[in-house]
Amino acid sequence: MTGTTLGCAYAVSGLTKVYRGTSGDVTATDGIDLMVGRGEVFGLLGPNGAGKTSLVRQLIGLLRPDAGRIELFGFDVIAQPRVVPDFVAYLPQDDAALADLTIADALYTTARLRGLSRGQSAAVRAGVVDELALGEFAHRPIAKLSGGQRRLAGVGAALVGDRPVLVLDEPTTGLDPIARRAVWSAIERRRAEFATTVLLVTHNVLEAETVLDRVAILDHGRVIASDTPGRLKAMVDSDVRLELAWRHDPPDADPLVRSLRARAVEHGRRWSVRLPADEARAALADLTNGPLFAALDDFTLSTPSLEDVYLTLGGAARDLERA
Amino acid sequence: MTAGPAPLLAAPVPAARPTFAASFAAIFTGQLARAKIAAIPIFLAATLQSVGLVVLLKGLIDSGSSVTQQSVVAGSSVTVVSFVALNLLAQRFGALKASGALDYFGALPVQPAAVVTATAAAWASFTVPGSVLVAVGGAAYYRLPLSHVWVIAPVVVAAGVSLAGLGALLGLAAPRPEIATVAGQLGMSLVMFLGLVPAHRLPGVVQALRALVPSTYAVDAFAESFKRSPSWTTISADLAICIAVCALALAASTWAFRRAVSSR
Repeated sequence: MTGTTLGCAYAVSGLTKVYRGTSGDVTATDGIDLMVGRGEVFGLLGPNGAGKTSLVRQLIGLLRPDAGRIELFGFDVIAQPRVVPDFVAYLPQDDAALADLTIADALYTTARLRGLSRGQSAAVRAGVVDELALGEFAHRPIAKLSGGQRRLAGVGAALVGDRPVLVLDEPTTGLDPIARRAVWSAIERRRAEFATTVLLVTHNVLEAETVLDRVAILDHGRVIASDTPGRLKAMVDSDVRLELAWRHDPPDADPLVRSLRARAVEHGRRWSVRLPADEARAALADLTNGPLFAALDDFTLSTPSLEDVYLTLGGAARDLERA
Repeated sequence: MTAGPAPLLAAPVPAARPTFAASFAAIFTGQLARAKIAAIPIFLAATLQSVGLVVLLKGLIDSGSSVTQQSVVAGSSVTVVSFVALNLLAQRFGALKASGALDYFGALPVQPAAVVTATAAAWASFTVPGSVLVAVGGAAYYRLPLSHVWVIAPVVVAAGVSLAGLGALLGLAAPRPEIATVAGQLGMSLVMFLGLVPAHRLPGVVQALRALVPSTYAVDAFAESFKRSPSWTTISADLAICIAVCALALAASTWAFRRAVSSR
């Protein structure tokens, strides 16, 4: 244990991994530095292909980096990858390994494989079934459940055995708001009682803003920003986002349309434009009071999000989720 | 104001790891859930094929040749084992590897050998009802002596685990799931062909190949049991070879499992 990493769950420096392929090399992680504190809910946010899952697989010892260092509670993960499962529960994106089992069997089996006795395993199973309200479908095979129920079963499997670190790869994908709340209160309870550290992979901006203590934004295998969501958003707080939905194509000859189009991200007739607040207000006044209003179907004006931070810092992908 | 730093928490200690026996039991029981879901299709597909072989070949072979009859019943019984343990398990591991589902095991404090041996043992156990049915039904149909038909029990265990070990190896080592499927099916065809045809009827080169296939020893051990006075030395020696292959296959598939988990 080194002095600098006390109170720290993960300390990562210079983490680099390149996939060598016949059609060229792909850099999955490119010199990543991270510190995740004990009891912190730390997020990895980025579009698909940003390197989130590759980074996580290195952190849990399933992928060997080409260079860099990973410490988990002071243990060298690269030299001793088998210490990771002693501290970390991992929720992978795919749950096919458990698909044949009922939720009850999946939770029990996972608890046994985390070293719990039969009695302890049955007790933690009952606790997690109750906590995540899985009772109604606990005795049905996971393969026969809906996407959201399957995901919830996976989260349950990550929670059994009370590991001090939870690494969750998109845990709330497909969950309804009630299930989402159940997941977050289960995590919150563990954080309050055991100072459980959570490393959350997400591409959902709204979730990142509401549940994370700190977030690292990833793009092309690099961390382009890392701070609290509030401080990151303060970087772009003079801007607002204007979303426009056109009834039909707006006239290109109109100078306002030309000026907005030059800065807009277009999805068909839906435009998304980031503007300084006063400029946005003026544009909206012109749009709603002038002849262009006839072409406008709907509009929204919103304060900046982590997506804007990502785009401001040079992120290029457009698949961050805002729902 | 003396707002000092937050108190440092005691570093967590590593959790106790499960024993090999506990991991084996948990994975074995978990795999049996597959049988609960797919029992009927697995049983029917694996068994009907061999029942068909037993019935069809009766019309083709010389009814006076007891060696051939013994070979057909023994080969058909072991074919049930290879259908499930070799063919279906190769497909299963190929699919698990391709989807990244092996990460589930890779991220648990469980020994890879426990994952592989427990899975192989569970899939070997799926073959028991079908192979016993074909063995007893086939022997009765060909009017072979049933007094030592119990030899099917150690034969299924030895052949089941060794073929499941090879099935796991094929599934884990194949670069793509389609290749795992084809390899599993070819392996099963090889077991069927080399098991059904009596050794003395095969050309020299194929006889050499037959000697290299582990299922051969299971077939020979079971065929020997139909003789009026079986040689227990031959049966034991054949089963010993099966068990040796079983150990090698499990060791190799454990290596392939480690590689499959850490190579994605």
